[in-house]
Amino acid sequence: MNFRQTLTHGLWRDLPPFRLVLGLCPALAVTATAENGLGMGIAVTFVLIFSNMFISLLRKVIPDKVRIASYIVVIATLVVIVELAMKAFFFPLSQQLGIYIPLIVVNCIILGRAEAFASRNPVHLSMADGLSVGLGFSMSLTLVGSIREILGVGTWFGMAVFPDSFEPFGFMVQAPGAFLCLGLLLGLMNAWSRHRGEFFIQT
Amino acid sequence: MDLLLLAIGSIFVNNILLAQYLGNCPFCGVSKKLGTAIGMGVAVIFVATLASIFTWVVYHYLLKPQGLEYLKTLVFILVIAALVQFVEIFIKKQSKGLYDSLGIFLPLITTNCAVMGIALLNIKHGFGFVQMIVFSASSAAGFAVAILLFASVRERLFISSVPTAMRGTAIALVTAGVMSLAFMGFAGMTN
Repeated sequence: MNFRQTLTHGLWRDLPPFRLVLGLCPALAVTATAENGLGMGIAVTFVLIFSNMFISLLRKVIPDKVRIASYIVVIATLVVIVELAMKAFFFPLSQQLGIYIPLIVVNCIILGRAEAFASRNPVHLSMADGLSVGLGFSMSLTLVGSIREILGVGTWFGMAVFPDSFEPFGFMVQAPGAFLCLGLLLGLMNAWSRHRGEFFIQT
Repeated sequence: MDLLLLAIGSIFVNNILLAQYLGNCPFCGVSKKLGTAIGMGVAVIFVATLASIFTWVVYHYLLKPQGLEYLKTLVFILVIAALVQFVEIFIKKQSKGLYDSLGIFLPLITTNCAVMGIALLNIKHGFGFVQMIVFSASSAAGFAVAILLFASVRERLFISSVPTAMRGTAIALVTAGVMSLAFMGFAGMTN
């Protein structure tokens, strides 16, 4: 893949979490509001760019047998940095995201990109890949968060969208709404891909 | 009595999968057949309980006295990864039958957020040792119950005619939503 393709593939072709079906937990858990979704997306993007960078730099040094463990150490270090930075600068957001910030460590997207891309590509391409996949992830999370917040609370990023007479569907901000919203979005995306004659993986 | 309530609460009311969204990747990935789902459920119960014991001990007797609480993310994932490797080697040596049925799930569990999530929740809720064991085992049992039910539903889904665009993961997520709605009905049980 050339540089431009690498920079854009995460935005539609491999859009997480829909196309890659990886990293579903944060996509479901923190998307009760658009703001939380965006916050989580940015945190994951940061970790992805730098984990891809370090792993790509170290790809000739890391022995093949212990590579997964080495990747996890790199990722966990970055996640601790994000965790502390969020506690220091965005305290209310870090309280709301709670245990889902440390759980970025086990987000399969990051390990997946490390294994599938950063371990066999040069540094600038790997960072572009991290940026692209991270941006795609932030976009998806913000979208899911917006839908759930608008329908479930009647606000968007905290601003009122509907007049007072609107009765919000409380269901959307709870667990079932998350699953339903993500499932329907995935279905819509598949329908659009089929309409355009694109190949899609889900069987 | 409190422990019983804690157990029922974490199996049904705060189900780790359907109410706290942890462990969704294996939930969608390995729930196509009932057999593999049972294997995954049992493996998670076993590893999550063991991992919680280890991480709890490490946190309370190693990290806390030294004031290194902020390292818990890094330390926990390493403890879990090492533990999973160790369990895999141990089972391989001890029991061929068990390894054949559980073996392939063990590497997957390292990146299963349910295991790490339970370990972190133990610390967050400030549980004592006994409470911690009850909570971990029953949360993992909740995972097993959910994935078992879900796999049975998916086996039926496989033979029904689903609109093309909704096939696979899309319909699985919608089904999980309906199941999660059903599990919300348990909410009154522990009040």
